[in-house]
Order: sequence, then C-alpha cells, then structure tokens
Amino acid sequence: MTTIETTYREAMRAAIRDALIKDDRVFLMGEDVGRYGGCFAVSLGLLEEFGPERIRDTPLSESAFVGAGIGAALGGMRPIVEIMTVNFSMLALDQVVNNAATLLHMSGGQLNVPLVIRMTTGAGRQLAAQHSHSLEGWYAHIPGIRIVVPATLEDARGMLWTALLDPDPVLIFEPGALYPVKGELDESVREVDIDRAVVRRPGRDATVITYGATLGTSLAAAEELAGRGIEVEVIDLRTLRPLDDATLLDSVTRTHRAVVVDEGWRTGSISAEISARITEQAFFDLDAPVERVCSAEVPMPYPKHLEDAALPQQADIVAAVQRTIGDGR
Amino acid sequence: MSAKHRKDLLRQMLRIRRFEERCAELYSATKIRGFLHLYVGEEAVATGVISALRPDEPIVSTYREHGHALARGVPMDAVMAEMYGRSTGCSGGRGGSMHLFDADRHFYGGNAIVGGGLPLAVGLGLADAMRGSRRVTACFFGDGAVAEGEFHESVNLATLWQLPVLFACENNHYAMGTALARSHAQTDLALRAASYGLPAWPVDGMDVLAVEDSAQRAVEIIRAGGGPVFLELRTYRFRAHSMYDPDRYRDKAEVEQWRQRDPVELLVTRMRSDGELDDGDLEALDREVAEELVRAVEAAEAGPLEPVEDLTRFVYSERS
Repeated sequence: MTTIETTYREAMRAAIRDALIKDDRVFLMGEDVGRYGGCFAVSLGLLEEFGPERIRDTPLSESAFVGAGIGAALGGMRPIVEIMTVNFSMLALDQVVNNAATLLHMSGGQLNVPLVIRMTTGAGRQLAAQHSHSLEGWYAHIPGIRIVVPATLEDARGMLWTALLDPDPVLIFEPGALYPVKGELDESVREVDIDRAVVRRPGRDATVITYGATLGTSLAAAEELAGRGIEVEVIDLRTLRPLDDATLLDSVTRTHRAVVVDEGWRTGSISAEISARITEQAFFDLDAPVERVCSAEVPMPYPKHLEDAALPQQADIVAAVQRTIGDGR
Repeated sequence: MSAKHRKDLLRQMLRIRRFEERCAELYSATKIRGFLHLYVGEEAVATGVISALRPDEPIVSTYREHGHALARGVPMDAVMAEMYGRSTGCSGGRGGSMHLFDADRHFYGGNAIVGGGLPLAVGLGLADAMRGSRRVTACFFGDGAVAEGEFHESVNLATLWQLPVLFACENNHYAMGTALARSHAQTDLALRAASYGLPAWPVDGMDVLAVEDSAQRAVEIIRAGGGPVFLELRTYRFRAHSMYDPDRYRDKAEVEQWRQRDPVELLVTRMRSDGELDDGDLEALDREVAEELVRAVEAAEAGPLEPVEDLTRFVYSERS
C-alpha cells in the first residue's frame, strides 16, 4: 500500500477533481467555488483546470442554485452543489425537503434525483451562532435523502464518488474543523462503502457511537480510558440516514454499555434516535442506561472558553463512559 | 394560421374545460379528495404556450396543472386516474391532483410549493445549455410566485447564465384570496421581471391566439440563443381557488366582467365570424370531448389501487 501525506481539505479536493475527470456530466456549483477557490479553499485551482462551465460561481441564491442542481440532475447531469455552511442551507430547505427528497415519490418512481450537496458543518472555529451548528441530524429526519459525514481522510477522499454513483440525493456534511487535519492516506482510495458504520477502535467494555468531528475526540477519550484499563469500542456512524443498526447493535450486545457522542443539540436529535433504537432493540443486553454527550442547548457562543464549554469534550466522554461502568474502576 | 390549427386549439381548450368541470362534480361526489385547483378560465394560457413548444421540451408546472398536463399530451385517462389515486394514474396514484408527472412526456410536475418549480426549470435549462441544446424549458407559475424569493433568484440566475427557459407567469390576479394590488407594490409584473435584463412583456391571456403568438416569439428568441424570456399572461380563474374556497374576497361583478372574455367563447366567436366553425362542427367537437371524458372516468373507476404492501416504495430508487 502506497500512502501519501495529505489533509482532509486536499482529500476532498482530489475527490472532486477525480469526479470531474471521470464523468463529464459532473460539475461543481456554489458560492465562491471558482475564482475565490472555495470559502474553505476546497476547490482551489479547479476553475483553472476545468473552466467556468464546470466550476460555476453562483449568486447568493441558495434556493435557486440548489433547485437548479435538482433540475440539472433531472436533466441528466451529475451536479455537485456546494453550500458554504449548514446554517446557510436553511435558505434552500424548500428545495431539499420539498423537491429533492420527494420527487421520486410524488412521481410514482419516475423521477430520481442523482444530486450531491456538500456543506460545512460544526463548530470549533469561533464562528459564533450562525456558522457553527450541526444540523445534519435534522436532515436525517427526512426520508428520500441520504446523509453522510466523512470523519477520516479516507472517507473525505472516497465518499464523494460513491455519493455520485447513488441514483438519489446525497448530502455530504464536512466538519469545518477537520479541513486542516493532516495524515497518511492510502493512495489507491477512490470510493468507499457508505452503507455501513465502521468500528474505528475495538473494545470490550463500552461502545462509544459518534460521527464527524467528535470521532477524534472520542478516540482520544478511548485512549485515555485504555490507560485506566477500560477498553472502549468506538463506532463511526458515517451515514446518518439510513442508520446502520446492525453494526451498532452487534457492538452494544457485546459491550453492554453505550455512549452516544454528537455535536448536535440533545433535544429531538440523532443522538436521541440512536439511544431509542438501542433501547428498543437491545434493552435486555444493557448493563447501564444509554448515555449521551451532546452540545449544550445554546446557540454557539463566540468566545473560545464558552464555545469549548458548549461542545462535547474528551473529559465529558470519559466521564460518561465511566458512569456506564460504575464506581468500581 | 390554418382553420384546422384553430380548431385544434379550440379542442384542447374544450378538453381542459370539460375535464375541470367533471372534476368539480367528482369532487362533490367524493370520488376526488384532497385539494383540487381548477383551471377554468385560464385554458388559453396552457393551450397557447404549450402549442408553441415541441413535445420533447420540458414543462414545469404548479398545483393548478391539469390543463398543462392535458395540453402536453398526458392521456386524459392517466390524469383522471391520478385524481382517483389509482395506480394507473400518471404518477401511479402517489401524487394526486397537485402532483401530475409524466417523465416520458417531459412533464416535470405538479409542484405545490408556490415558486418551488422555478429553480427546477432553471436547472433543466442549465442541463440543456451545458450540453449545447437549446431545447426550451417552459415554467408555469402564478402572480403569487412573483412575491417569492425563489422567483427573483431564479430569473436572475437564468438571465445571468443565459439559459433556455420560458418563464410563463399566469397572472390570474389573485394569490389564493389576496388580490395582486394587496401583495405587490408594483403590479406590473412584466416590468418587474424586465429589471433582470431579460425580454418580458404582457399578453392577453384570455386570447389563445395572442398567447400562442407571444409564446412563439418567445421560444424563437430562446432557441436562437437569446436567453430566457418572461411572459406575463393576464388571465382569470372563473371558479374559486380550490374546492374549499368560499370565494368571499372577489366581487361577483368582477368575475362576471372577466367571464365576458371567456377564452373558449372568444375563439368560438372568432372562428364563427371567420366562417371556420358552425353549429355542427361545435357539436361534433363537444361530443368528441364528452366521449373522451366518459372513457377517462370509466378507466379511472376501474383502475386498481396500489397494494398497501407497496407503501414504502419510491422513497429511494430500487436497485436491481
């Protein structure tokens, strides 16, 4: 296996570039994806390589360009639509929920929408209350779309192509805090399975279920707990809709303890859904109530110390795991 | 224009008129449920505009779209079966009155969010433009949609990118129960659209020949690479907004005044005075349409219901 040193941002860019080369129906559109190089520099250099027809700067019209992506997909193209942040995607919610997610059904199976929408999600960069939220769990409520969150370099490199092969709309949520993360990536990665959750660290004492930016925090917590003799299994959900119940339940029935870590708010959230599924399907295998570590229920504050306090931290995860195990260790 | 062509236009308007009248009866008989928005009074718009399109040119429409579907050539029995929620309907029964679709006939709905279809039409136009096709995508929407942000975003984007889209605004002067002047500071919708830099003009939407003529000019501009065009088709719905609407917000005299310009009657009068139509021709047309309608209702009544076991189909594509 040949590996290359890369960043999450570069892996994403390589994936877009690769898709543009492989399929001439693919194009990228969104705000500042061209001349500016992408709000987070993901598409830097692509305009120069592929030209303005395929790297399309749009006006600040989220509803129109997301809807145009849906229309272009109906018309036989394979658009990648970039929305700067999940908070801005609210302006296109009508198109996502009322059109992308429903056209196949309303038309009795005649019109599928092979569209990929990418957007940044999450906090950690002091961007305050209109650029920092984690609303992917909201989107996961909606039948008709698929929700994926790449948390690793491999998934950043591979999920886009798999999403483009999907005949239905796929929303890719990219945690903004991960863009600069550096690491080694298998050079041959081109597409990855997006149907299954993955065990990122095996363990026998408790299961931590997470996705996105809190995967790193959860792995760090597992490492800390290992030092105290507690072996935590860490699962990366990867796909929030449809949820891979089988992988979760297989783990929880072995460890008998579950902690859900989610950067979204607790109330009415994906963490609540996961907790409910575990309770519904593995209640008698549990040795402790399911724990949740989520963001504090406030709009994200600006100052660093308050943002940190609002977000799930390593210490919170360690404490939650220990609560499931009890005072003995 | 040939007498035969005018007769075709008349037949199309009559098909829509009689279809809608029958739907109202079937609604009262509880055969059709949900929301039902009738097109009576506006037939000249769908008929004239769609007559100017080729059959492979996409159409995006609204929840008041029975007329557009029929004018596009979606078979009347498939439209009626959809009203009945039968699996033989043009959307397999899943859509109902507001969501008629026919992919083979390039009929893209049936959108019940006011303004929601406009970005789709822009995208269909974008797909064609990127492939070098100047196929026209026609997008129907009402005066109410002009108050939505999606209208302004879409017209700007289509003009900016010079996309082959015909924006066909059916100005029937009411957004449900709110009169044009009560929701728009500037009621000249063509003037407002023109501010985006695309050709835009008002058309007498009760005169099918005027509508067809303007639509023809518009599609010629678009096919020649002139970018999108906006038509403000001034029309009126003779019946209430939907079957739930008690129609309290309009003056009876106003409705009566517009009825004097009934698009079907206007064309009949014109053809009669030009010696293109006599009583016998009209009776024959009426009979032809009535028979088609009887067959459509019979077919809908006989159409099967989708098995409940299929409930969760069509949420995601079925993979072979």
